[in-house]
Amino acid sequence: MSWLNFFRTRRDEAAAGSNANLAKDRLQVIISHERVSRTREDFLPKMQQELVAVVTRYVAVDPDKVQVNLERGADLSTLAIEIELPGPKGKLT
Amino acid sequence: MAQVIVVTSGKGGVGKTTSSAAFATGLAQRGKKTVVIDFDVGLRNLDLIMGVERRVVFDIVNVIQGEAKLNQALIRDKRVDGLCILPASQTRDKDALTREGVQGIIEELSKEFDYILCDSPAGIEKGALLALYFADAAVVVTNPEVSSVRDSDRILGVLQSKSKRAEEGKEPVKQHLLLTRYDPARVERGEMLKLDDVLEILAIPLLGVIPESESVLKASNSGNPVILDSESPAGQAYADAVARFLGEEKPHRFIEAEKKKGFFGRLFGGRAA
Ligand SMILES: Nc1ncnc2c1ncn2[C@@H]1O[C@H](COP(=O)(O)OP(=O)(O)OP(=O)(O)O)[C@@H](O)[C@H]1O
Ligand SMILES: [Mg+2]
Repeated sequence: MSWLNFFRTRRDEAAAGSNANLAKDRLQVIISHERVSRTREDFLPKMQQELVAVVTRYVAVDPDKVQVNLERGADLSTLAIEIELPGPKGKLT
Repeated sequence: MAQVIVVTSGKGGVGKTTSSAAFATGLAQRGKKTVVIDFDVGLRNLDLIMGVERRVVFDIVNVIQGEAKLNQALIRDKRVDGLCILPASQTRDKDALTREGVQGIIEELSKEFDYILCDSPAGIEKGALLALYFADAAVVVTNPEVSSVRDSDRILGVLQSKSKRAEEGKEPVKQHLLLTRYDPARVERGEMLKLDDVLEILAIPLLGVIPESESVLKASNSGNPVILDSESPAGQAYADAVARFLGEEKPHRFIEAEKKKGFFGRLFGGRAA
């Protein structure tokens, strides 16, 4: 029993190691992004405003219905901008 | 109308963010629509503890300054339904947060959510005052340690004098004690303040005792609030605290040291899970 415990503890420690690696991976991704954004202005708010402005030249959109989704990754990030367009009647809610 | 809960402590590093993440997740698990706001402008961490750091686009300051809509800044949790996170700004300075701005945000969130949790920064300066100003209830996070208990007492005084409820002479902010990082073995050896001592000094109702637990570090490594680790003592203790907050009777656990282990158990298994 006690030796079983001994081995179990060792295995737990190995598992904790991979848990720490997970922490390191997450930190490397987020810190590299933060270092970049420290040196230049955050362009997302402005870009979003400009995009909405362009879209409103063609259709009446509710600025509330614009969703910006970002997923930062190590090698690439994805930015998804979702603009809900009004129905054919073009009515704003 | 949503209930506004501030998670506060005065002293830094006692477990406010850990508790905010666990508590918000626990409320949402029980079907309450919950949003948790990071008030630590300049030093946001709640996003990491909640594991959503890669998805932050806009933050509370963008909303206050009109650069983004509130629902664009809210991050919807992918694990638990009805749970949202509103991140703090990492780059702007603290003055960007204004009382009027926060009031607007809380009023808007009130329409959609049942609970609004405010994860306070340490101290009793502007950020901490703003985090507690609109509170209906306070979870005062305390460690069984002299400076933490004293700071908790100070923050209780602030809640009683500087909150909106206090200023308007309304029913006072409901206070709850959450004693965290409690190590019953060290208490038994007389190395750490006892639960009863802390309760006697602070004299507010006890919401829960969260044991010192390795699972908290594991949880923060992986970005999963510890309450999702339902096997762990800390996760279970947080789940109990949430249940009590919602009015259930739950006996307090994890306040007694585990029964003595055998010789080999002590040699090889002396750590808390
Ligand atoms: N029950 C616990 N068992 C073990 N470690 C814990 C426990 N609760 C919190 N910790 C650890 O304590 C540290 C501080 O926790 P946390 O960040 O939640 O505190 P905080 O009060 O939000 O800090 P700050 O004042 O800087 O905002 C973290 O490393 C966390 O992992
Ligand atoms: Mg914190």
